[in-house]
Amino acid sequence: MVLGSGSQNKHPMGKNQMTIAEKILAKASGNDTVKPREIVTAQIDVAMSHENADVVLRAFREIGIEKVWDAERIVLLFDHRIPAESEKTAATHQRIRMFVKEQGIKHFYDLNEGICHQVLPENGHSRPGDVLVGTDSHTTTHGAFGTFATGIGATEMAGVWATGELWFMVPESMRIKISGDFNKHVSAKDLILSIVGKLGAAGADYKAIEFSGETISNMSIASRMVLTNLSMEMGAKVAFVVPDKKTVDYVRSRTNQPFSTLLPDQDAEYVEDLDINVNDLESMVACPHSVDNVKPVAEVAGMRIDQALIGSCTNGRLEDLASAAEILDGKQVSPGVRLLVIPASRRVYLEAVRKGYVEVFIRSGALVLNPGCGPCLGAHQGLMAPGEVCISTTNRNFKGRMGSSEAFVFLASPATVAQSAIAGEITAPN
Amino acid sequence: MQMIKGRAYKFGDGINTDVIYPGRYLSITTDREEMAKHCFETVYPEFLKTARAGDIIVGGKNFGCGSSREQAATCLKYFGIGAVVAESFARIFYRNAINLGLPVLVAPGVTRVVDHGDDIEIDLDRGMVKNTRTNETVESTRLPSFILEIINDGGLIKHLRKKLGLSNK
Repeated sequence: MVLGSGSQNKHPMGKNQMTIAEKILAKASGNDTVKPREIVTAQIDVAMSHENADVVLRAFREIGIEKVWDAERIVLLFDHRIPAESEKTAATHQRIRMFVKEQGIKHFYDLNEGICHQVLPENGHSRPGDVLVGTDSHTTTHGAFGTFATGIGATEMAGVWATGELWFMVPESMRIKISGDFNKHVSAKDLILSIVGKLGAAGADYKAIEFSGETISNMSIASRMVLTNLSMEMGAKVAFVVPDKKTVDYVRSRTNQPFSTLLPDQDAEYVEDLDINVNDLESMVACPHSVDNVKPVAEVAGMRIDQALIGSCTNGRLEDLASAAEILDGKQVSPGVRLLVIPASRRVYLEAVRKGYVEVFIRSGALVLNPGCGPCLGAHQGLMAPGEVCISTTNRNFKGRMGSSEAFVFLASPATVAQSAIAGEITAPN
Repeated sequence: MQMIKGRAYKFGDGINTDVIYPGRYLSITTDREEMAKHCFETVYPEFLKTARAGDIIVGGKNFGCGSSREQAATCLKYFGIGAVVAESFARIFYRNAINLGLPVLVAPGVTRVVDHGDDIEIDLDRGMVKNTRTNETVESTRLPSFILEIINDGGLIKHLRKKLGLSNK
């Protein structure tokens, strides 16, 4: 099968069979082959930052180089604290806007477009075979497009802005094959929560994950992104959905940039192989205060809630809003419950308006907020008081993450959150 | 030979970066001394009262998991933490610490031989952690030479300045 354009896969026969992670790092480091645990220096294709570009900027100035290595490969936007919740953040936004002008950064989306992990794919910056680094841990999300995508720190990003390269230890790879059909109202979020629960918060530390199988082939791009997004919560360095025609069509319709659709070799080596069937999978929930504390929703059903949140880089996409709107249509949010809905991007928001989902949310009593990260990271827009309980489609429920350290955050699918908002207590959709 | 000595300040498993540096202070982007005033503030507020500059943090498994926020490593460094030794680290925190010149060592078994408040010694070159109260030692994974070089240069910025031929005064 020939996919995409650009350089074709080379399949060395017999030996040196490589996984996707190995192939991309070999290409990016100018080697024919690489092996797990080897340390390589990779050329960076895309370097993404949000508000923490302010921290990067300071480190970049300290390095003392005047111009960034490539003004066309840096992508900047604001999503964590928009519109600015404080004067401090307003000044951060201002400094970054000035830097964008000064350096001639080509791809800058300001605060208009939404969350980085949705806006970059929408605009064709997430491409198969590329190395994409972001100063955000959930950068693994872009692996849904066959991109070697991972989170790095601010000082390291300053180094990338200066030199265009970064060292990586080639990760060992694990393969997760998914088969079967989801039950009604069970989705990718329930699947990945069940995997995180099984493997644990360090279950994929430093590793690359490859998702494949019939269920993945049938999955929408948005659902695939849920899997690679939450793989970070198992410690994965990168997570891939093996690219297929759906991937290539999506990316091709958004960019003219060439890319190489690198696929794993047939006899590539994996440190772990998991086969998971979703036929009997039920709605799952991650309980306070860790993402791997996963149980079937049925086990915590009846827990009263104060807040319900639908949105984030995990589950703020159109299909997520559709799934919530289907459940909320004609219903009312339970008195005393605050339902917040936060589309992942301006485009998602607009589509949700056109399709009538937003009207459903407003009629049900929900607050629809501007696209962005919302209260997920505890900065603004819906923080929790001591003793309060939130059920959320986001990706972290650490103690103190969303406001008070005495609050409780449960993580679930958009369908479960919508159903719980109506019931006023944690409830599985049915 | 590089030795780091200090009093152990001990934590359990899975200490995440939201716990180390709360999200509400992420709007502090440049004032590193200010960041240091909020280490562990929300969940372990006693840290700011009882920890001292020069202490060595001893952590359990997956230390520093979660967000990529560099403030989590910066706040510890500017608080004066001498090093972080843990059973294992999450990768982004680990890299951030190295890039800031904060020594980080993976030392399986360290939580078994070190109690909170013990005086410990770290031999960076040999990859050894010693409890000077009990004389027990555990080996730590030795850092590759290029990583040691980044730490010895005082972090990635100074390291890059050296590589790029810029002065480091």
